[in-house]
Amino acid sequence: MRAKFVLTEAATGLWRNVTMTVAMILTTAISLALLGAGGLLYVQVEKVKELLFFKVEVTIFLDEGVTQEQRDSLKTKLEGDTLVQSVTYESRDDAYKRFQELFKDSPDLVQNVKPEALPESFRVKLKDPRRFETMNQRYSDSDGVDKVSNQQQLVGKMFSTIDAIKTTTFIVALIQGIAALLLIANTIQVAAYSRRREVGIMKLVGASNWYVRLPFILEAAVAGLIGATLAWISLILAKWLLLDGALEPVFTSGIIPVIPWSYIIATGPLLALFSVILAGAAGWSTLRFYVKV
Amino acid sequence: MITLDGVTKTYAKARRPALDDVSVSVEKGEFVFFIGPSGSGKSTFIRLLLKEESPTKGTVAVAGKDLSTIRSWKVPQLRRSIGCVFQDFRLLPNKTAAENVGFALEVIGKTKPVIRRVVPEVFTLVGLEGKENRMPHELSGGEQQRVAIARAFVNRPLVLLADEPTGNLDPDTSVEIMRLLDRINRTGTTVIMATHDSNIVNQMRRRVVELDRGRIIRDQARGVYG
Repeated sequence: MRAKFVLTEAATGLWRNVTMTVAMILTTAISLALLGAGGLLYVQVEKVKELLFFKVEVTIFLDEGVTQEQRDSLKTKLEGDTLVQSVTYESRDDAYKRFQELFKDSPDLVQNVKPEALPESFRVKLKDPRRFETMNQRYSDSDGVDKVSNQQQLVGKMFSTIDAIKTTTFIVALIQGIAALLLIANTIQVAAYSRRREVGIMKLVGASNWYVRLPFILEAAVAGLIGATLAWISLILAKWLLLDGALEPVFTSGIIPVIPWSYIIATGPLLALFSVILAGAAGWSTLRFYVKV
Repeated sequence: MITLDGVTKTYAKARRPALDDVSVSVEKGEFVFFIGPSGSGKSTFIRLLLKEESPTKGTVAVAGKDLSTIRSWKVPQLRRSIGCVFQDFRLLPNKTAAENVGFALEVIGKTKPVIRRVVPEVFTLVGLEGKENRMPHELSGGEQQRVAIARAFVNRPLVLLADEPTGNLDPDTSVEIMRLLDRINRTGTTVIMATHDSNIVNQMRRRVVELDRGRIIRDQARGVYG
C-alpha cells in the first residue's frame, strides 16, 4: 500500500468538489458541536443531581437562634418518626464544606460566602419521598425550625427545564447528524463519479479493493475530522465567551456549577473519534452498497 | 488455461440468455478469435473471465481455478493475471503515456524503482520508444492502442483479452496492432480477441470460435471469418 498515492487521491477528491466539501464539513461541525454541548450538559446535570437531588430529599432548616435543647428534642422526634428512614445533622461547618465542594469550580462564589451564612439543618431521607406534605405539616411549626424544604420540588423544576434543553439539543444534533451523513454519502458518490475512469482501470488491472476504496473513505474521514475540530473550537469559544463571559453571573449566583475546562478539552478527541469512525463508515457503505466500487 | 463448461448467463430482465450452454476451452499460449455479431455474447464471455459477472449455470475456470470458488477479495489477484485491451483504449487523459502504464503498476502496489525499470522495457516492446511523455491526445489512435496494450501487458499476465482492439483503427494501423498482439502471443501469453474485423481474421489464420445468439456455432483451428 502506497500511502502517498492514497493521501494525494483523497486530497484531490476533497479539493475537486470544494463547495460540497465545505457544506459537508459545516453540517458535520454543527451536528457535533450540538452533540458535544448536549453531552456536556448531560454530564453536568447528572453531577448536580447526584450532589443535590438524591442525597437529600427533605431539609429541615433550623432557626438561627436554635438552642441545644430544641435541637436534641427535634432529633429524637425525627429518629422516632415512622416516615423517616434516616436523619443526618448538618452543622454550619458541614454545610460550608459541602458548599465548597459543590462549587469548587466557582472560587469567587466560595470566597464570598462565609460559614455563618449557611443555616444548620437536619437532612432527612423519607421512606416514601411522596409523604413530604405530611412532614411539612408535622415539623414546620416545631420550635427551632426555620422552614422545611423539599429540594426535590425546588431543583426538579430547574432540572426539567435543563432536561428539555438537553433533549432539544440532542434532537437537533441528530437531525443535523443525519444531514451530515447524507452529505457525506453524496460527496462520495460525486467523487466516485468524477474518478470513474481511474476506478475502472484500477479494478481492471487488479488493484485491491482497499486500494480503490481507501481514498474515498479517507476523504470522508478527513472531512469528519475537520468537522470535529471546528465543533471543538466552537465549544471552546462558547465556554470562553458565553459561560465564562456573558453568562458568568448566572453560574456564580446560581445552583449550577460551571462546566470545567477539562471537560471541554476532553470533548475534542471524543468528538473526533466518533466523527471519523462514523464518516468513514458512511463512506465505506456508500461505496459498498450504492456506488459498487 | 481457460475452460468454460456448460456456461449459461442470463441477465435479469433479459428475454434470452446472453450465453447459452457454452463449453469451450483455450490452451496456454493459444491465439483465439471470438467472432459474431453484436449481442452474440462476446462481451459477456470477457466479463465472465474477469469475474465481473458470474454464470447463471456452469463453471468458468482460469488457470485451473474455478472462478466461483474465488472469494471477492481475491478477485483483484485474478485480474492481475489477465490483461485487457478495449476498442476505446481507456487511457487516462490527464496522464502521460508512461504515467498511464505506470499507474497500472502503482495501484497494485509496485514501488517506484520497479516502475521506472519496467515501463521503458514495455514501451520498447510495443514500439513506442521516445513517446513516453506524450499525452494521450498527442498520440494517434494506433499509438494510443499500443499504450493500452503496454498497460495490459506490463504486469506479464497469463492471458490478454482484447475486445475489438482494432474497432476504432484504420486497416493499416489494425495490421500493425495485430502484429504486436502476435508478438505478445509468441512470448507465451494466451491471447483472446473478440472482433468483427473479417480481414484480420482471414489474414491471421488462427483458431476461430463463432458465437451467435449466445451459442457456439463454429470452432475451427486456422479458421476464416466465414
